[in-house]
Order: sequence, then structure tokens, then C-alpha cells
Amino acid sequence: MDFTLDSEQTALRDAVRGLLGKAYDSSETRRQVTKTDPGWDEKTWQRLAEMGALGLPFAEEDGGFGAGPVEVAIVAEEIGRVIAPEPYVEAVVLAGGLVAAAGTAEQRAEILGALAEGTLVPAFAHTEPASRYSETPTVTATTSGGAWTLTGVKEPVLGGGRADLLIVSALVEGGTGLFLVQPDAAGLTRTSYSTFDGGRAARVALDATPATPLGAPGADQSAVIATAIAGAQIAYGHESLGAMAFALETTTEYLKSRKQFGVPLMTFQALTFRAADMYVSLELARSTVTWATLVQLDGDPADLHEAASRAKLQVSKAGRHIGQEAIQLHGGIGMTAEYSVGHYTSRLTAIDHALGDGRHHLTALSRTIDGHTIVDPLP
Amino acid sequence: MKLQLSPEDAAFREEMHAFFTTQIPQDIRETVAARRELSKEQIVRSMQAMNAAGIAVPNWPVEWGGKDWTPLQRHIWHEEMQLAGVVPPLAFNASMVGPVIAAFGSQEIKERFLPKTANLDIWWAQGFSEPDAGSDLASLRTTAVKEGDEYVVNGQKTWTTLGQHGDWIFTLVRTDPTVKKQAGISFLLIDMTSPGLTVRPIELIDGSHEVNEVFFDNVRVPVSNLVGEENKGWDYAKFLLGNERVGVAPVGSTKRTLAQAKEYARTAGPGGTSLLEDPLVAAEIAELENDLLALELTALRVVANSADGKPHPASSVLKLQGTVLQQAVTELWVDLAGPNALATGAGEGSDVPDLARTTTPNYLNYRKASIYGGSNEVQRQIIAGTILGLRG
Ligand SMILES: Cc1cc2nc3c(=O)[nH]c(=O)nc-3n(C[C@H](O)[C@H](O)[C@H](O)COP(=O)(O)OP(=O)(O)OC[C@H]3O[C@@H](n4cnc5c(N)ncnc54)[C@H](O)[C@@H]3O)c2cc1C
Repeated sequence: MDFTLDSEQTALRDAVRGLLGKAYDSSETRRQVTKTDPGWDEKTWQRLAEMGALGLPFAEEDGGFGAGPVEVAIVAEEIGRVIAPEPYVEAVVLAGGLVAAAGTAEQRAEILGALAEGTLVPAFAHTEPASRYSETPTVTATTSGGAWTLTGVKEPVLGGGRADLLIVSALVEGGTGLFLVQPDAAGLTRTSYSTFDGGRAARVALDATPATPLGAPGADQSAVIATAIAGAQIAYGHESLGAMAFALETTTEYLKSRKQFGVPLMTFQALTFRAADMYVSLELARSTVTWATLVQLDGDPADLHEAASRAKLQVSKAGRHIGQEAIQLHGGIGMTAEYSVGHYTSRLTAIDHALGDGRHHLTALSRTIDGHTIVDPLP
Repeated sequence: MKLQLSPEDAAFREEMHAFFTTQIPQDIRETVAARRELSKEQIVRSMQAMNAAGIAVPNWPVEWGGKDWTPLQRHIWHEEMQLAGVVPPLAFNASMVGPVIAAFGSQEIKERFLPKTANLDIWWAQGFSEPDAGSDLASLRTTAVKEGDEYVVNGQKTWTTLGQHGDWIFTLVRTDPTVKKQAGISFLLIDMTSPGLTVRPIELIDGSHEVNEVFFDNVRVPVSNLVGEENKGWDYAKFLLGNERVGVAPVGSTKRTLAQAKEYARTAGPGGTSLLEDPLVAAEIAELENDLLALELTALRVVANSADGKPHPASSVLKLQGTVLQQAVTELWVDLAGPNALATGAGEGSDVPDLARTTTPNYLNYRKASIYGGSNEVQRQIIAGTILGLRG
């Protein structure tokens, strides 16, 4: 048992931190970047590609670097520290994860190679306006003479407007299929808009839109989808850890420097105790998320979904707690768009509601309590 | 990074599991499972069974019966013990006075006390708190004045847990009233049969007799009972309280009581139906399980990577969150018992299950957990001050 990074992993962390720290040296820089489409910086994405960050989870023969969930976690956490708007979890972990798991050798090499190089940014079009967190789509797939078309609406699709390739889930006979849709496909209408956290989402309307099956035509890919989502939930957990750690640091610094009644705010125990509780929330979330990553790394694959749910629940609670308190302990300045903490709270809220919020995962977990006596974290 | 235990640690876990589930007398584990109070005799037998196997005081130096275990192995030992429903070695002996004597006592004092302390031939009581010295322990006023080769002790200790069983009491006493309060304290061992020493019971809110007041009226204590140096007692106390805090996150026992609560809930609904079908009950249990998992993993993070001897910053979370969850499970038990929780005094002819009758006394009793061993406010103060650097 070991919860520490090895020297290569530490070097990766330092490199990503260096790169992102330069790219997002202030809250204002991020604000400038998120103001204009696509809501993130193509140059920063290219630099991440050059350092190898975008190809980390993919096999070498597919154009990746054959690294694992720990390396992905490291990048995601650094993304979270500066709340970089680049779609690392969405494009690399989630969309890329689907291609890696379901794609044919040819599809993998083509898509993942380009994704790793930073030249192709895919998005997973899965959520539907009435689906909440359900995994069964209403978008339908029809085939005639070997050609497939999709019909229906996906929304909100994170990064769906800018995406160079859409991976769309659709109903096939006997389950949920995955399809590749090109940006210029007939009958495809994408309407992009901003999300509250500075990101972009789109309404993606498909009207008999030509699509290519990802992997075996007509196959049920529900299991693949669930696994890719679990991976993304865990990576989002790390992104949140980075964001929560920063929010706590910023709050702590503020309590030291801000003076009222002639003394620093940290004189008031009502405030420092709340900061202490934020630390407790952060460490508890860190433990669970790190554990889920290790389950993904070398645990039983059958345990992955539950581990991801557990991590997502803990992060949801911690993210709300830390996000809300970070603003409160700053007073008025915490409310402003000019200052950083509010944006962290905003991003934590967005992550919470992507791929299942805390309540959703608690409901799922509460249905499993009868199946075990105790929860044993060790394999 | 790696989740799996090494083959040695996995084997160690098996070995501990086997020991605690077969080598500790059945009646003791059954009393714990029934959530009943253990007798003095049972606590002694349990610790002696562990000591006979050489695993009662693994945290001590090897030459005094300790084990060369890693922090992770010590954690596994502690967890397996609690999961098996085995009462941990008496903390006053094993985690408090033993390590202090081993670290700071003279050879003579070590020989005199350590073997008997490990075997619970001496039952120690902790005489730190006083009526006016609680969280601010250093303001204690019990005095020890040297007269020849004796100290004459006067004053009062309070909250002395299980002092009614105590053979000896380790105390903090003021030996120099003229200096800064921390600098005038000594660590003195006192025979509880000494003339002038009286123990008076304090009844707690659950009706139990668990704590006492201890009065010292010109109690004469040989100077040879002083541990370490005179006026250095505060350093030893800080060392002791540091150990106490780490030992105090009761993950395994809370997991066990939660599992037991779940089992109880299975037939606790109206007409013997399952309360686990109630979505609010199920959600509360699921959330507690998840929070306990987070706590256990935090404990594992701390022990798996603290080989360099420095305390891991996250260890400060353990006492605070450990007691929060310990208390939350006792509260859940009362809710599961429902109206039966009122039947605390029910006797032989009652139809109320035994387990339901003890829920409220347990719940009330465990309010103590966030008060002793450094209250949860003190824990927050430590986190804010030492980890976050927030100093008022
Ligand atoms: C069941 C039980 C068993 C015990 N067993 C023993 C024993 O065997 N031996 C022994 O020596 N002692 C024992 N204690 C005593 C225990 O250590 C003290 O109760 C504890 O140190 C708190 O002191 P106090 O009760 O005087 O409360 P106080 O210190 O008066 O505290 C009252 C309240 O104020 C809070 N508070 C105090 N200072 C601060 C601060 N600076 N900032 C914010 N909040 C603060 C506390 O957290 C608490 O909520 C036991 C206590 C209990 C309840």
C-alpha cells in the first residue's frame, strides 16, 4: 500500500503545474480566455499536447503514452488548481475513454492519435434535456443497407459546439450504441452557449444525421459507457480536489491578511474553526478520490462503479461545503467576478452536476447497503 | 501508488484476524457484541490474553514488550481487533503511561512498572484534569511539595475514568508555582492506596459510574515515583496527548456497530419488516458508510506514508471526524430502536429486544467522545493553528 507519487509522477505534476500556472497566472487571464469562443485557449491545449498530457491514458499503438489513472489524476488536479477551462476530463478522459474502450483498431489509431496531438477535440453527446443522469438515451439510431442515421436531441453537451467529432449515444436494438458524427454531417444543428462556470455547452439536434458506429455496428455499449463515465467521475474528483485546495488556500491567506476591527480576521475563532472544517472536508474527499483512482489502477474492475460513486458523493459534499464557505469567509469580495474564489465555487458546482450529483450517487449507494456487512476498502 | 497490501502485510492481517476471532475469550466478544459494559475482570483477561501473545503493547520499545511493526501494521492490528469485537488494551496503560515511562523514566522505574503495566497487573488511572483545569490543562493547581525524599501532594483531580478500579494514578502536579505555568509541572506516579487519597464517584447522564473525583490530602509520595525530571512534566504530557489523539480514531469499532445497526434494522420496521426499505434510513446508512470509508482511508493514508516518523498533517482529522462518526452511529441506533429506545429499565419479562434498551444510554454516554482526549474545539484549534497557520 502506497499513496504517494513516484519521482516520474512528481515530475509530471511539476511540469503541468508550471505550464498551467503560466497560462492562468491570474483570475483575470482566465476571464479573458473564457469570454471568447471556444471558452478555452487553443495554444494552451497545444502545449498540453506537446508535453504528452493529452495522450496519457491511451495505449502506445493507438498514439498514446500508455500511462494510467494516476497520471490522469495528476493532470486533472492541476487543471482544477487554476480551474483551467480546457476540456481535459471531457475530451481526453471521457470522450477519449469511450473511443479507447469501444473503437476498432483503426478508429482508435485515427482518433486517439489526433487527440493526443491536440489536433482533434471530441465531445461526448450523451445527456438529454429530460434524461437527468439516466444512461438510457432517447436519440434513436436506424440502419438501412449498412448506413446509420441518428435522430433526436442531446443537450447540454459540454464542449459540443467546438468539438471536431461528436460521440453520440443512441438507442439501438437491445441497448445503447455509440456513434461518431462529423461536424459537417447532414441534418446536424449545433447551438452553442455559455455555461455559468465560463464553459460552453451546446444543443445538438440530429435529424436523420449520418453516423458511423463506434466499434461493432449495432452493439450494446452500455458497459463501455458506464466504465468511461466512472473514469471521468474519478478524474472530475481530482479536478475538484485541485479547485478545493486552492479555494481553501486562498481563504486561509485572506483570513491572515484582511483586517477588520483593527485585527486580522484570523483573530476570530468563529472563522478559523470554519476553515478547519474546510480542511477536514478536503482531506476526507482526497482520501476517497485517491482510493477510487487506485481501485481503477489495480483493483477489481467489478468494484469500479461503486468506487466512482463513493468518490463523487464525497466530492459533492466537500465541494459544496468548501465552495460556499470560501465565498462566505471572504465577505463581499468573494461575490465579485473579478476575484477568484467565486469562480472556483462555480466550477465545483458545474462538476457536481456533471455525471451525477451527490444526491444521485447517494441514492444509488443506498440501494446497495443490504449487499454488504461493512465497506472494506482493501482488495 | 498502490492499493494492495504487500504479501507480508496481507498475511499479517490474516494472522491478526485469526488471533482476535479465536484467541480472545468468547464471553468478552459477546459482551461487546451485545453492546453491554465489560467488567473489570473481562478487560483484564482480554489484555492479558493479548500480552501472553506478545501483542498488547506493540507501540512500546521492543525491549519492553513492543513490536517492530510499521505504522500500517499497527493500524491493521487495531482495526482487526475492533472489527472482531475485542476491547483494545486499556489506554491508560498501553497508550498513555507506558510510553511515557518507556521514553522518559529511569531504568529503575521502567523495571518496576512496565511489565506489570503491559500485563494489566497494575490498573492505571489518568489524573490530569481538575475542576478548573480542563482544556487549559496547564493551569492545574494540585501541588507536590518536596519534603526530604517525599512529595506531599494536595489538591483534586476529576473526571478520572474508571478510577474506581485504579491501583495507581499517573498525575500532573505543580512542583514550582513561581514560574510560567507550563514550566512548573511534574509527572508523578501515585499509589491509590496511599493514606489521604480518596476516590468519589460521579454519576453520568446515562446513569453509569465511569468517572470519579480523586482528592489528595497530604498524600506522601516517594520522590522515586517521579518520572523523568522535575518540572518537565508538561513535555511528557504533550507527548502523551499526542499518542492519545492518534489512538483515538475508532474506525473499526464504529464500522462494526454500524454493520450491527444495519442488521438490527432488517427486522425493526412495523411488524418485523425491514427499515432498510425506508429510503431515508437507507440514505443515512449509506452516507455514514461513505463517511466512515473516507475516515478509514484517511487513517490508511496517514499510516501508509508516515515511515519517516513525522506526523502526517491529515492525522489531525482523525480524532475530530472519528468522534463525529462514532457519535452519529450511536444516534442512528436510537432512531432505529424508535419507541423501544425508551425501555431502558425493562427487565426479564420485557418483549423489547436487549439491543434496543441500551441505545439511549449509549448515545448519551458517547457525547463524551468529543470532549475528552482534546475536545473537538481543541482539535479545530490545532488544525487551524498548526496546519493552516491561522493564529489568533
Ligand atoms: C467521560 C469523560 C472521561 C474523562 N476521563 C478523563 C480521565 O480519565 N482523566 C483525565 O484527566 N481527564 C478525563 N476527562 C476530562 C477531559 O479531558 C476534559 O473534560 C476535557 O479536557 C475538557 O475540559 P472541561 O471538561 O473542563 O471543559 P472546558 O475546557 O471548560 O470546555 C468547555 C467547552 O469550551 C470549549 N473550549 C475550551 N477551550 C476552548 C478554546 N480555547 N477555544 C474554543 N473552545 C474551547 C470546549 O471544547 C468545551 O466545548 C474525561 C472527560 C469525560 C467527559
